[in-house]
Amino acid sequence: MRSLLSKTILNLWSRHSSKQNAMKSDTTKLIVLVVFTVAICVLFLGKGLTPDNYQFFLSRRIPKVLAITLAAIAIASSSLVFQTITANRILTPSILGFDSLYVMIQVLLVVSFGGFSIVIINSQLNFLIATSIMVVSAMTLFHFYFSGRPRNIFTLLLVGVVLSSLFSSVTGFFTMVINPDEFSFIQGSMFASFNNINSELVYWCLIPISLCSAYLFKLSNKLDVMWLGTENAKSLGVNTHKLTMQIMFVITIMVSISTALIGPILFFGLIVVALTRQLFSSFKHRFLIVASAILSVLMLAGGQWVVENFFDFNTTISVIINFVGGSYFLYLLMKNKFD
Amino acid sequence: MIKTSGLSKKYNDKYVVKNADTFFPLGKVTSIIGPNGAGKSTLLSMASRLTDSDAGQIIIGDIPLDQWDSSELAKRLSVLSQSNNINMRFTVRELVTFGRFPYSQGRQTEEDNRIIDNALRQLDISHLQERYIDELSGGQKQMAFIAMVVAQDTDYIFLDEPLNNLDIKHSVDIMATLKKLADEHNKAIVIVIHDINFASCYSDNIVAMKQGEITKNGSVDDVIDEQVLSEIYEIPFKVQEIDGNKISLYYRR
Repeated sequence: MRSLLSKTILNLWSRHSSKQNAMKSDTTKLIVLVVFTVAICVLFLGKGLTPDNYQFFLSRRIPKVLAITLAAIAIASSSLVFQTITANRILTPSILGFDSLYVMIQVLLVVSFGGFSIVIINSQLNFLIATSIMVVSAMTLFHFYFSGRPRNIFTLLLVGVVLSSLFSSVTGFFTMVINPDEFSFIQGSMFASFNNINSELVYWCLIPISLCSAYLFKLSNKLDVMWLGTENAKSLGVNTHKLTMQIMFVITIMVSISTALIGPILFFGLIVVALTRQLFSSFKHRFLIVASAILSVLMLAGGQWVVENFFDFNTTISVIINFVGGSYFLYLLMKNKFD
Repeated sequence: MIKTSGLSKKYNDKYVVKNADTFFPLGKVTSIIGPNGAGKSTLLSMASRLTDSDAGQIIIGDIPLDQWDSSELAKRLSVLSQSNNINMRFTVRELVTFGRFPYSQGRQTEEDNRIIDNALRQLDISHLQERYIDELSGGQKQMAFIAMVVAQDTDYIFLDEPLNNLDIKHSVDIMATLKKLADEHNKAIVIVIHDINFASCYSDNIVAMKQGEITKNGSVDDVIDEQVLSEIYEIPFKVQEIDGNKISLYYRR
C-alpha cells in the first residue's frame, strides 16, 4: 500500500519547462494528494464499522485522526517557514532544542515526582506543564535574542544547538541514575506515538493550531519575499526583524503543542518539506503551506496505518519515520553523488 | 534628495566609515569609488537602511530615516546588493513582479503588470521573461534584478557593484539604463563601482573614499584628476580627455 502510494506520487513528479504547465500540474498533484489523504482517513475511521460498534470505535478513532492531522499540519508548516526564515533547506525547528527539551521535562518530572505522580499519569496536566515550559523557555531565549539590535539568525540557531545538547546530556544523566521501572515511563515519551492519545487534549489543540495556521497564511506574502534573501526583502519594505520574530513565535507554539501531543517527531518535518519542494514548483507560501500540510497528513496517516496493520503495534511511528526518512536522505545523497 | 551627515560605522574600535557627509540629488547618477576596504559598500548600505549606523544622520526626502515606515520607504528607496542568493526557482517575470510588492503586497493589479512589462522592456529582457533565473548567464541575471528594481519605481536607487563580473556589453547596457533613469525619470542613482572609467563616463557626481573617509566629493571633473586618483589608489594615474569623456590610464606602472 505504502510503496504503491509513493510510486504513484513519484510518477507524477516531473520537471516542467513551461510555467503554465507547472502550475497546472501543481494543482493536479495537489488534488491527487487530497484524494489519497481523504481515502486513508476514511480507511482509518471506517474499518470494520458496524451499526452496533460505530459509536465506540468512532469515539476512539476521530481523536486519533484529528491528532494525526493537527500534528502533521503543525510539523509541516513550522518546518517550511523555519527553512524560509533561516534560508536553509536542511534545518527544522528541532535545531532550537524543542525535542530534547520535551524529553528533559519528562525525565525531570519523573525524577522529581515519581512515575506514578499526577503530573505523569494525568495527561492533560502533563501536556499543560510541558507546553508552558517549552513556550516560556523559547520566549525567554527569543527575548534576549530579539531585543536590541538585529542579529544574525545563525547566532540564535547556535544557541539552540548548544542548549539542545545540554538538555540531552541532562536527560542522559538522569536516565542512567533512575531505577528501571521509572525509566519505562520516560521511554514512552521519547518516541512519538498516536496509540495513547488523550481525546480531550486533541480538541484543546484544535484552536491554537488553527490560529497559528491562519496567522502564517496572513504572513505568507511577506514570506514569499524572503526567498530573495534578507537584503532584497528589506529593500522591498519587509521588516525582516519583525517578521522573523513573528514567525519564531508561531513556530514555538506549533512545535510545543505538537511535541507535547504526540512526542518528539521533528525530523519528519525535514522529509515532508523536502518532498513538498520536489513535488511542487510553486514558490507561494500560501500554496506550499497547504500542500506540505496535506502531504504531511498523508504520510503520517500512512505511517500509522503501517504501524497498526503490518506491525500490529509492535513499533512506533517514530521508527517508521526515521527509517523511511533516513533511507530517503541516503537516496538523495547517492543520487547527487552519481548524477 | 538624500543627505547623510556625520555617518559612521565601526566594528569593535575600528571605523569602517567615519564622518561621511554626502548628498545624493534627484536626477543625478552618483558613483562611490575607492580601493577595496574603503567602506564604499558600508556607506551605501547604511544610506539605504540595510545596515544600521553607529553615528550620524540620514535624511531621505526631508524625513530622517528612522522615522520612515518600512513599507512606505520601499516605495521611495530601493537597493540592490552585490550578491543575490535566491533560495527558490523563479522565472524572470516572477522576480520582476516582486518589485511591485511594496504597492500590491503580492496581489498585483493590471497597473502592476503594465509596469512590469515596461521594466522588462527597458532592460531589453522581455524575451527572457518565462526563463528560470538559474538558467541565465550572469549578465542576464543582473539585468533581471535591475528590472526588479526598475519595477519598484522608487525615487532613489542604490546599487552595490552592479557591473561585478559582467562583460563589456552588459556593463554598457546597464550603465546607459541607469543614466537614462536619472535623466529621463528624475531618479537619484547611487552606485558603488570599481571601474573608474565607467564612473567617469556615466556619473554626474563622484564620491571618492579611502580608509573609511571621504577624501573627495564633487563633479566628475573634480574627482577624475591625476593627483586625486593617484592619492586614493596609491599608483600613478594619467587622465586624458577622449570625445569629452575623461579616461584614466593606470594599467602600467
